[in-house]
Amino acid sequence: MKILVAVKRVIDYSVKVRVKADNSNVDLTNVKMSLNPFCEIAVEEALRLREAGKATEIVVVSMGVKAAQDQIRTALAMGADRGIFIETGDAELNSLSVAKLLAKVVQDEQPGLILLGKQAIDSDNNQTGQMLAALCGYPQATFASKIVVEGDTATVTREIDGGLQTLKLSLPAVVTTDLRLNEPRYVKLPDIMKAKKKPLAVTTPAELGVPVANTITLVRVDAPAERSAGIKVESVDALIDALKNKAKVI
Amino acid sequence: MSNLVIAEHDNQNLKASTLNAITAASKIGGDIEVLVVGANCQAVAQAAAAVTGVSKVRVADNAAYEHQLAENTAQLVAALAPAYTHLLAPATPAGKDLMPRVAALLDVNQLTDMMAVVSADTFKRPIYAGNAIATVQSSDKIKVMSVRITAFDAAPATGGSATIEAIDSVFTADKTQFIGEEIAKSDRPELTSAKIVVSGGRGVGSADNFKIIYALADQLNAAVGASRAAVDAGFVPNDLQVGQTGKVVAPEMYIAVGISGAIQHLAGMKDSKVIVAINKDPEAPIFQVADYGLVADLFAAVPEMTSKL
Repeated sequence: MKILVAVKRVIDYSVKVRVKADNSNVDLTNVKMSLNPFCEIAVEEALRLREAGKATEIVVVSMGVKAAQDQIRTALAMGADRGIFIETGDAELNSLSVAKLLAKVVQDEQPGLILLGKQAIDSDNNQTGQMLAALCGYPQATFASKIVVEGDTATVTREIDGGLQTLKLSLPAVVTTDLRLNEPRYVKLPDIMKAKKKPLAVTTPAELGVPVANTITLVRVDAPAERSAGIKVESVDALIDALKNKAKVI
Repeated sequence: MSNLVIAEHDNQNLKASTLNAITAASKIGGDIEVLVVGANCQAVAQAAAAVTGVSKVRVADNAAYEHQLAENTAQLVAALAPAYTHLLAPATPAGKDLMPRVAALLDVNQLTDMMAVVSADTFKRPIYAGNAIATVQSSDKIKVMSVRITAFDAAPATGGSATIEAIDSVFTADKTQFIGEEIAKSDRPELTSAKIVVSGGRGVGSADNFKIIYALADQLNAAVGASRAAVDAGFVPNDLQVGQTGKVVAPEMYIAVGISGAIQHLAGMKDSKVIVAINKDPEAPIFQVADYGLVADLFAAVPEMTSKL
């Protein structure tokens, strides 16, 4: 079985973002970019499924500016076999466009399982996997914390409100990863060198014949309301007193 | 304008999150209808019909919908959608699972975690773990969105008298099979709707030590939360996780115990009215957002606080 993993280049999770002075967006100039943490987990899961003999090939796909090829290389260094890069330029892509481009790749590659992160930590949308499943007519299991592949089914444990739910999906299927699914491996230097020789196909939405339309316009971006600086109290008594008499919350 | 709110429920009770989504719909304006999809869920429909502001409740009651699987529920919602301008669901795991699938079937985009209505086509939503607020305008004919429940008050659960209408169309989930569910049982208030939340982090040290967090929470009639570090270390189950990747809470008071205050945690709690931090590290980032900070060993301070309350 072939596994397709979609990955995204995003601002590094440890960076504190700043909103641009003109409120047009957040400022991404000279900011550290990385592989989205949820995508990293998706790559790791694909590798583990191959190591368990459940998969034969792992294909990684990404899209965006040219530099996003770095994130495909990272996934190849982790152990994926080959990459597909769709160059879409600077313009912000709506999730529906991303899902349509991925659906075309799914149609061409015919993977048995498609893994995505549950959300990207920049747009926080949590929707591409669900949209892709709908466009392909495949079943979905979102927020996966455990995946067991057997024959032509995947049994997935999902994180839901209040606990866990287990679903059995007929393959091909779309699964999105939650943080608890696994701990991604570190990439070693020789693997980074090897990854440079792995195949990476470059294409465009036009070549794929997928029109990219935008129906969501970003009007402005604001910094959230600042919290006023608080006070430090000296003792538990002072804290209880403050909560009772000043904040009046107990 | 006409809004359809997809109810969240467990076939017996309407979940409180639905009431927040109904308030969000009322900010958009126009009729508000509620869709209940489930099996043997007439009690839920009755509860939805009693909510103030709801004009009609539509019920798809069929064994095929028992677990409200995205595969078939999305098809049903998409089939009903053309009669509405706005489709809303709470931005809970269930709503986030369903709504993007609905949107794609309708060939429209979806807005996640809508937190404010600017106009019928313009909304605010948090991005970058809540470190920026985006105002977005949608040109889609049908606006599909999930609603950040802590950003809207709950609609009154009584006072309404909506009509109830049955829906006969049945879609089956042929490719998805429900195997089972494990729901953590708790007598404490629900995390997302509690007035007070006491959360523990890595500093608590072990599952056993979490007892002091539970004791303080019980004294305050509070819900218990946790940071991702505490969940990953196995101190508490994952449904207690507060943060970007867990639950978003906005209680009257949030007490963070042994939590450093990573960006991902702050995204889940920084809209709380009063934030209290108890941490032995005076440099912990949590003190930058805390209204009241106590630099102290939590193992001494928390039991002392519990006994003095």
